[in-house]
Amino acid sequence: MNAETGQASAAPEPVLQATGVVKHFPVQRGVVFKRTVGNVRAVDGVDLELHAGRTLGVVGESGCGKSTLAKLLVGLEPPTSGSIKVLGQEIGGLSARRIRPVRRDVQLVFQDPYTSLNPRMTVGDIVGEPFEIHTDVVPRRERGAAVKELLDMVGLSPDHVNRYPHQFSGGQRQRIGIARALALRPRVLVCDEPVSALDVSIQGQVINLLERLQDELGLAYVFIAHDLSVVRHIADEVAVMYLGKVVERGAGAEIYGGPRHPYTQALLSAVPVPDPALRGHREEIVLQGDVPSPIDPPSGCRFRTRCWKAAERCAEEVPGLDEGGGAHEAACFYAEGRDVTRAVK
Amino acid sequence: MAETTGPAADVLPGSDMNAPLLEVEDLRVEFAVRGRRIPAVRGVNFALEQGKTLAVVGESGSGKSVTSQAIMGILDSPPGFVTGGEVRLRGVDLLQQDEETRRTVRGNHIAIVFQDALSALNPVWSVGFQLGELYRVHRGAGRRAAEQKAIELLDQVGIPDAKNRVGHYPHQFSGGMRQRVMIAMALALDPEVLIADEPTTALDVTVQAQIMRLLRRIQDERNMGLILITHDLGVVADVADDVAVMYAGQIVERANIHDVFARPAHPYTKALLRAIPRVDAVGRELEVIPGLPPNPAALPSGCPFHPRCRAADPERCGDEEPPDRQAAEGHLARCHFAEEVYRDER
Repeated sequence: MNAETGQASAAPEPVLQATGVVKHFPVQRGVVFKRTVGNVRAVDGVDLELHAGRTLGVVGESGCGKSTLAKLLVGLEPPTSGSIKVLGQEIGGLSARRIRPVRRDVQLVFQDPYTSLNPRMTVGDIVGEPFEIHTDVVPRRERGAAVKELLDMVGLSPDHVNRYPHQFSGGQRQRIGIARALALRPRVLVCDEPVSALDVSIQGQVINLLERLQDELGLAYVFIAHDLSVVRHIADEVAVMYLGKVVERGAGAEIYGGPRHPYTQALLSAVPVPDPALRGHREEIVLQGDVPSPIDPPSGCRFRTRCWKAAERCAEEVPGLDEGGGAHEAACFYAEGRDVTRAVK
Repeated sequence: MAETTGPAADVLPGSDMNAPLLEVEDLRVEFAVRGRRIPAVRGVNFALEQGKTLAVVGESGSGKSVTSQAIMGILDSPPGFVTGGEVRLRGVDLLQQDEETRRTVRGNHIAIVFQDALSALNPVWSVGFQLGELYRVHRGAGRRAAEQKAIELLDQVGIPDAKNRVGHYPHQFSGGMRQRVMIAMALALDPEVLIADEPTTALDVTVQAQIMRLLRRIQDERNMGLILITHDLGVVADVADDVAVMYAGQIVERANIHDVFARPAHPYTKALLRAIPRVDAVGRELEVIPGLPPNPAALPSGCPFHPRCRAADPERCGDEEPPDRQAAEGHLARCHFAEEVYRDER
């Protein structure tokens, strides 16, 4: 089902590669005698590839598995099966101790700048903490200077090292989180909803900062978000997730300009566009019902229960990403490109 | 369409059906914090007509939710106090009414839908019981009649299998379905004004589309006035007739939706419109509004936006608080240079 194994050898080695990654969480009943009654299939066979200096956007609605995927990619959760390679090195089955040096190369930026910073630590301690764990990155004597340099890099005043998180605004706290993530000079940043807790006028500042850092440091980003407008802005490639699977994948312009999977089409058509002149002139695909439970996902195509194109075949066979052979990959037997973001009527 | 059970909603004494549906004039709210009085709403004016949607847009701390709480009369007091202004419903100033009258206004005349449906619903009672309670308490309906009304309401807001679902508890509903229950509850007593305070912020985009479509349909059917409080300019563009943009406790721009988006007359609105990424446009560099929204306890002198404003005149804007200026017919902006900004000359 992996459509790109063929081309992978020609391109330079990806900095981050996931192949057939699966993460199931057991659902247990009983207090004394725990028994597993099922599995939450949070991530169920995901392939991804990310190259240096590029941004991969991962979009999907709550419960689609995108945050679990983020944890898998940085090695915070071991995958149930499948392989995750960072700079060619497998991290999937590594023990906590062995994984540590690899983790240096992929760092996580959290969603909530209010709860992801320890309120009792100063900003200097927060940003410098990675140096305490990875003691060989910066010699002890130079750590103070390194922290100040990091703060400067993310647009905070180096004089603020002794302040506490509560003395900063949301946008500034997110910058602190980014500085901490950059401390170990990683090659990849996995950003899990990095701007969704911020106000509109502040979102732009953080997005521009991430773009500048990417240019300066050659970073690769996995940018996980539910806001499709933000992802369109920042991502080179986009993967759309639904119930633990990637249903469509390709260059940003292709996905947004001509989505082929019905779910992507519905998702994009539902994004409001800040232009009242378009009101009533855009295609509106309103999905019925809710996302099914990941404990017992539908057979065949997981989207079929809400899909207007669903046929018998969709219940029996699982569509692969290479179905139909269109401009980019879409896991649908009846994939068909269609522009849903611009005015059509 | 729902008809009320029992006696009709009380007509507000002294109300004049020819007066505008809802008028807010010079509304002021302050919070008493550690012996200081911090202004949260600083003279808000707007009017809402029957069947129309007014969007109140602003970032966190701009005073938009406090404004809606003051209109509803559900401000946490202390620390919050309405310190001035009028909120007139069909000509009757609600702020002058006693608590008992205000209680009948809530639900019967003005209802509110909150952002977080899970914490707004009581987890230990079934959804049907909570919906039916409105009829039992306000209309004196019996248990069975109340449940029947609850089923009707759930059905109207698009909850499938309402007959069965009426006995379910809030945790058994998904986020979108819970928000539908909240809307059903707000509609139960047939209000004339519905305030929706960030009704879709916690929801996924496809669910958001369902809820916004539902709100539009219900508003049409019932010819209600809708105040939509949101930070999402996309949602605003989709549903609003008029827009009020809030900044630092004031409405800094107010006009018809098309005017505001096509020709903003306040530099803040203009900057905000350029700062948002759009799903239908690629590669556009995001224009950034420098700095942070002001702290209400330490507002800048003069125009509260001037430290972040690209069009500011350092002397005039730093000294003089701008009045509401008319940039065009029906298009107000609190900026010394509203006319020039409107003509895109500044």
